[in-house]
Amino acid sequence: MTALQAPRTTAAADPVDAPGPSRPSRLHRPSWSLTLLLALASLTVLAPLYVTVSMAFKTSEQSVDGNAFALPAPFNPASFAQAWQVTDFPVALAVSVLVAAITVALTLLLSSAAAYAISRNWSKRAFRWSLYYLLAALFIPFPVTALPQIQLTAALGLDGPVGVGILHAMFQLSFATLLYTAYLRSVPIELEEGARIDGASTVQVFTKIVLPILAPMNATVGIFAFLASWNDFMLPSLITSDPAQQTLPVVQNIFQSQFGTDYNVAFASYAMAMLPTVVVYLVAQRWVISGITQGAVKS
Amino acid sequence: MTSQLPLAAAPGVADAQRTPLAASDQRRRAGSRRVDLAYYVFLVPALAAFTLFVVAPAVVGIFYSFTDYAGFGTWSFLGLSNYQALLADPEVRGSYAFTLGFAVVTVVLAQVVALALAIALTSRIRFATGLRTIFVLPLVLSGIVVAYVFSYLFSNTLPAAAAAVGFAPLEQSILGNPDLAWLSIVVVSAWQTIPGAMLVYTAGLSAVPADVYEASSIDGASTWRQFRSITLPLIAGFVLINTVLGVKGYLGAYDVIVGLTNGGPGTETRSVAMTIFSGFTGGDFAYQMGNATVFFVVTVLISVVQLLLTRGRAIRL
Repeated sequence: MTALQAPRTTAAADPVDAPGPSRPSRLHRPSWSLTLLLALASLTVLAPLYVTVSMAFKTSEQSVDGNAFALPAPFNPASFAQAWQVTDFPVALAVSVLVAAITVALTLLLSSAAAYAISRNWSKRAFRWSLYYLLAALFIPFPVTALPQIQLTAALGLDGPVGVGILHAMFQLSFATLLYTAYLRSVPIELEEGARIDGASTVQVFTKIVLPILAPMNATVGIFAFLASWNDFMLPSLITSDPAQQTLPVVQNIFQSQFGTDYNVAFASYAMAMLPTVVVYLVAQRWVISGITQGAVKS
Repeated sequence: MTSQLPLAAAPGVADAQRTPLAASDQRRRAGSRRVDLAYYVFLVPALAAFTLFVVAPAVVGIFYSFTDYAGFGTWSFLGLSNYQALLADPEVRGSYAFTLGFAVVTVVLAQVVALALAIALTSRIRFATGLRTIFVLPLVLSGIVVAYVFSYLFSNTLPAAAAAVGFAPLEQSILGNPDLAWLSIVVVSAWQTIPGAMLVYTAGLSAVPADVYEASSIDGASTWRQFRSITLPLIAGFVLINTVLGVKGYLGAYDVIVGLTNGGPGTETRSVAMTIFSGFTGGDFAYQMGNATVFFVVTVLISVVQLLLTRGRAIRL
């Protein structure tokens, strides 16, 4: 977070700096040409999204005319109702929510508890090595373990959303534990010591004192885990055996085999699949950006 | 200290001698006590779950790579013959060549664009926040859905546009073109991963003090000179972090490829991950586990080489 606030602070400091020297350097004036260039570049992001939304509101006839950028005429919101039915949207959405909830809950719970134990017993070899052990997963890409994991989840009866959530959490675990451990090792222990003198047990210290301290880290780890889980196609498509229990990204593949030219329905479905994370992002932008930045920089 | 158990004493003292006061206090206290059982209760679930769901499957899979296991039924030892066959398998070699080539091209493209965007967004521009909001958007979208959207653009919109301006090479969908299909995967993978790299660069650039630039511009340094002599050396650590993370991600590419070409035309754009997964339906379980083991070694080696390069150069925030 500090990293992201930094540019704003420097920008805010500029008006103070600017009047100081005799001539305002060109660095201090906002550049309109660069702004324009960036605005043009942003079309590479916006254009595919515009096509998605505009195609979704077209009729089947208009959607095959090849002019993806034309505005919908006539305006046809019925595609969404069709897409809703075809993909069984409410079910897929519920499955996605379940998978993401399991992933986030397991990741937060397992890794914060483990990181607490590790950081407070860092002098003990067993705890230190536990962290190194968990970190090994940073080097294990999913394809390496996929085949045996498919067998394992099937054998345990976890070849559905629950198994997908567990496996998603497993791939977040090392990273999350690393973030938590680094954070906890920088937090002074005095607060915990005080509580212990007042007779609090280790469990009480964790739930009453450590967890609240971890709140900003929870947001970082949680957002990271949520996005990774919600958007994944590879793992659920391989682990979940019942097509009726597939997540939102996976059910989109129905438009590759059926409904060949009903592009409007396909795009309405894509738009609905994109909407949840876009809304989360726009509402909680600061947290998402700081979460991603911290996560990547600290790794 | 005298009450310490003999075993715990040595590391505790050693720690205390080379750590600052507050920390050594805490270490000594922790070291002098038997570890509270509760700490094990906190630690064990993570370790147990991780062992069961990740480590055990990895070990079992590597074990099977030395057998003729088909994914079910009985099996017998084969020794290294799966590996010998893998090295000679043109399909497997093709998937490695494609995956490595794709990863290198994409990481270069994505890093150059991400750095350029980060520099532009941290410059003095209008609407910086709004523009950043837009540029980060691809990061929160599902790769497979994005790939489906681009698949339509590549197979319908792009050929139509090419036909309109009379540019023959693109009048057919590039997704069906054995020579060009990989480009579509590069473009979409870069599109999706540029925002993450851009955010890391933004963090790196904001840590570079502004007065360094002012001093150099007073000395008459050009913008390019400033970039080469100030910006680039100061964010070298971030470049390497991004490259390591990027390459690791691209090597495991799957979603975007499934959404665009599904490995085609033929097996031109089949990634290693796709080849490995074919072992589950194709009855080549043990063979593809050998492939997975090779893939594991390759990714670890690449990551280690890159990490050795980052050593000591990474700038911590």
